[in-house]
Amino acid sequence: MASQDKTGGGFMKWLDARFPASRLWRDHLASYYVPKNLNVWYVFGSLALLVLVNQLLTGIWLTMSYSPTAEGAFASIEYIMRDVEWGWLIRHMHTTGASALFIVVYLHMFRGLLYGSYKAPRELVWVFGMALYLVLMAEAFMGYLLPWGQMSYWGAQVITSLFSAIPGIGEGLAEWVRGDYLVSSVTLNRFFALHVVALPLVILGLVVLHIVALHEVGSNNPDGIDIRMHTDDAGKPLDGIPFHPYYTVKDLVGVAIFLFVFCGVIFYFPEGGGYFIEQPNFEPANPLQTSDHIAPVWYFTPFYAILRAINFSIFGLDARFLGVIFMGGAIAVLFVVPWLDRSPVRSMRYKGWLSKLMLGLFVASFVALGVLGVLPSTPVRTHLAQLFTATYFAYFLLMPIYTRLEKTKPVPERVTG
Amino acid sequence: MKHLWIVVCFLLMPIMAVGGQGGRELRSGAPDLQDQASLQNGLKLYVNYCLGCHTLSYQRFSRTANDLNIPQALMEDAVMFSSAAAFDDPMHNALRAEEAAQWWGVAPPDLSLTVRLRGADWVNAFLLGFYQDSDRPNGVNNTLFDSVAMPNVLEPLQGVQVLDCSKTEQQECDRLKVITPGLMAPDEFESAVYDITNFLAYVSEPYRLKAQAVAPKVMIFLFIFGVIAYFLKREYWKDVY
Repeated sequence: MASQDKTGGGFMKWLDARFPASRLWRDHLASYYVPKNLNVWYVFGSLALLVLVNQLLTGIWLTMSYSPTAEGAFASIEYIMRDVEWGWLIRHMHTTGASALFIVVYLHMFRGLLYGSYKAPRELVWVFGMALYLVLMAEAFMGYLLPWGQMSYWGAQVITSLFSAIPGIGEGLAEWVRGDYLVSSVTLNRFFALHVVALPLVILGLVVLHIVALHEVGSNNPDGIDIRMHTDDAGKPLDGIPFHPYYTVKDLVGVAIFLFVFCGVIFYFPEGGGYFIEQPNFEPANPLQTSDHIAPVWYFTPFYAILRAINFSIFGLDARFLGVIFMGGAIAVLFVVPWLDRSPVRSMRYKGWLSKLMLGLFVASFVALGVLGVLPSTPVRTHLAQLFTATYFAYFLLMPIYTRLEKTKPVPERVTG
Repeated sequence: MKHLWIVVCFLLMPIMAVGGQGGRELRSGAPDLQDQASLQNGLKLYVNYCLGCHTLSYQRFSRTANDLNIPQALMEDAVMFSSAAAFDDPMHNALRAEEAAQWWGVAPPDLSLTVRLRGADWVNAFLLGFYQDSDRPNGVNNTLFDSVAMPNVLEPLQGVQVLDCSKTEQQECDRLKVITPGLMAPDEFESAVYDITNFLAYVSEPYRLKAQAVAPKVMIFLFIFGVIAYFLKREYWKDVY
């Protein structure tokens, strides 16, 4: 399968003399060696790419009929839903795709934490990935304003006003971001420009960096060991298999299962129980009437819960500003995970019970904060959110300690399947 | 790794306990978009009792006629009262929003998406929930929407309904009773209200039936694709271990 060394004749020969087509194919697919023991957790990277392509393609077609003005936006969405041929399908692919992308990305990130995929020499793979996640959040946030429904409007109003919590420059900064005193047609126009042109370009660039960095160092695996340590006479890893065809066919099975669920949602429950499309968004934006209960889309709610949990001030910083710092910190701390983990082993399989407990606590905190972020706040819920904010940060900030303290298990020489 | 999930589940328990919230039970208005007779009757009632104030700006007469199997000539005679409206026009009315706002205090909202906004059960219960209340300017209030600005336009059909609080001191007053019969018996009226709700459910998602028709084909294709992909994977991976 892997013997693609002879160059083709005719057209391929002509092309290869001018463009590294065969070399790219070999380096990144046919002779790119991947550990043979990758499990189901490793499918979510490919799926993220698939959903990203779905977002780009459906986005192009939505842009053809969408009108980015405060007067026309809401009506143009309904025009797409009713009058554009298959418009309802294209739009629901896009709205469901947004949530699906965050689902697969969260699972992909969890995989990274589980098997230590961020550890040397893969720090940059992780950092590029986190940058991607950050830009993806901006992309999703700006896209959410475009339907110009009540939730779009008030969500954007709440989030842009977070900038005004910054002491001194805050008010001016929030106004600069919105281009107006309140979220308005000006804001809608610039968010549209950023959502359909600027951020997708950044995302594509970061995807290239993420994959190039990954292919330079090779994939990690559930055992967290380096397959390049054991090679045959030709220098091929003994525990490695070429990405194509082995992982292309394996990912194809994952793609089929994913699409089955994805299409089920698109066709039968496009609102995703009110989480993928929120009910208040079926009412046009009304700047004079605040929505009863403003909650961001589900994929932002863990961070929103952290923001709301900080209702006290320390060091003379007021609670609102402190909340913004904690929320920003919750995302920023992810970037430095490669330098917080001091364990001699990569994979959770060989780490001690402390690491396992802390990862369990972290996942529970993240999910719990997500649930709390959806619900209206009450005193009890605020206390719970504070508790889970503490455990969320404990996972990261105590990592240098517990990863060094605990006793790790011996790592095998070769992959265990 | 199994322990991890157990830990996660236990840690989530307090949240689940706090998450529960009670709510008023609504009469079911679960839509049945296959029921053409109900949808047609809903259209008829909507045009006669609702469209005068509540537009359906995103829904065209032609789309409604096609989807509900109503011939164009019949639609133009019986449904489109304004001669200025064209068959392909949205279902507008002659009411001006500013004037309506002066008359009722609030302009009647467009109802194209109201079922997606509030749910079919809500719309159904709202239409059944009007009762006599002499404190209100229109003489009526609503169990679901307190101090509602809308008069009970269906009163000629329903009759006069009051809120009966007499025997239930511990419970809230939520027992509605018709004291003066209207043109329809209570059963008949509930069925008429259901038809209006059903019609509005159709209007909020006119493509829903098409989506449900396409879906099985897509799902079957993906299933077969998945099975083939699985056997392909198994064939390729035979020589790996």
